[in-house]
Amino acid sequence: MQITVDHVIRFLERVAALIREHATELTELDTVIGDADHGTNLNRGFSAVVVKLDTLQDGDIGAILDVTGKTLLATVGGAAGPLYGTAFRRAGALLAGRYTIEEADIVAALEVALEGIVERGRVQRGEKTMLDAIAPGVETFRNAIVQGKPLEEAAHCALAAVEEGMRATIPMQATKGRAAFLGPRSIGHQDPGATSAYYIACAMVGLDANPTSDQNVA
Amino acid sequence: MVGILIVAHSEQLASGVKEFADQATHGQVPIVAIGGAIDGSLGINAEAIRDGLHRIASDDGVLVLVDFTSAALSVEAVLEDEPAMRVVISNAPLVEGAYLAAVEASVGATLEETAAAALRARDLMKVHPEHRQRFR
Repeated sequence: MQITVDHVIRFLERVAALIREHATELTELDTVIGDADHGTNLNRGFSAVVVKLDTLQDGDIGAILDVTGKTLLATVGGAAGPLYGTAFRRAGALLAGRYTIEEADIVAALEVALEGIVERGRVQRGEKTMLDAIAPGVETFRNAIVQGKPLEEAAHCALAAVEEGMRATIPMQATKGRAAFLGPRSIGHQDPGATSAYYIACAMVGLDANPTSDQNVA
Repeated sequence: MVGILIVAHSEQLASGVKEFADQATHGQVPIVAIGGAIDGSLGINAEAIRDGLHRIASDDGVLVLVDFTSAALSVEAVLEDEPAMRVVISNAPLVEGAYLAAVEASVGATLEETAAAALRARDLMKVHPEHRQRFR
C-alpha cells in the first residue's frame, strides 16, 4: 500500500478537525490536573498547521511533517508544543525527500517520533503522560505490520491500544508536568496529553483511504 | 559578553524580570525577554525564542532562564536546529537567577561563571528560618 503526500495532508486535516471537535473536552481534562489550556493550545496549533498545508501541496512527506512540527512548536504554547513538535519533526527528518511511503516507513516514522517524545520530555511509561497512550500504540502498530496485517487493520489495533493506554492513565499519579504539582491528587483523572494522543491516533484510521474521497473525514 | 534570555509564559512576567535585571546592571548586559504564546495569551512561542537567541548569540554564549519546564522544552527543541550556538539552560529560579546572572555577566564573567551564579539563587536566604512562622 502506497501512502502519498495527499494521504498525509488528509491525515493532518483529520487531526485538526478531531482536535477542534474535542478542544473543550481536552481543556476540561487539563482544568482538573493542569493549567486549563491543552485543548485551546492544540486547536490553535493544528489550525495553524492546516493553514500552512495550503502552501505545501508540492512538498514531500518529510517536508510536510517537518513544517507541521515547526508550526506546532511556534503556535501551541504549552509543553505539548515541543513534545508533539519534536515528534513530527523527527518523523519528517526520517521521511525527507519521500513522496510515497509504505507500511514499514510508517512504523519507522512512528518509532522515531516516539523516541523524540521520550528524549524531549525525559519521560517514561507510568508517569501519566501522552507517552502512556502513544508507546503501546506504536508497539501494537509495529507488531501488526510485522505480522503482515493490512494498514487499516494495524491502525485499528493500534487505536485500541492507545485507548487502553489513555484509560490506564486514570489511576496513575503524575510525576511529570503541571499535574505533578498535585501529587496524589492527580490520581483518578485521565491525562489530557494521553487524550489528545488518542485523537491523533483516531486520524491514523483511514490513512489509506482514497484522498479525493470525502468519506475519510472523521 | 554573555547574553541572557528570559523565557516565561507571560510577556509581562518576562519583561518585568528583564526590567529588574537591566536596572541592576545599568543596561550593560544584552538581555532579551520572550513571553506569551503566538496570540498573546499565556504560553510559549518557540519561533520567538529562536529570534531572541539570534539577537544576543555570540561566542561568549547565552544563559537562558525559564519559568516552567515547558519553556525549557521549547528552548531545547529550538536548539536542535542551532548546533553552533553556545547556550546553557538554567535550572535557577527565574527572578533571582536572572538578577544574579546579569550581575555576574556585567563584570565580564564567562558563560560557565554566569550559569553558576544563577544557580546560587536557589540557596538565597530571603527569610531567616526562625522568622518563617506566621506572625500573630
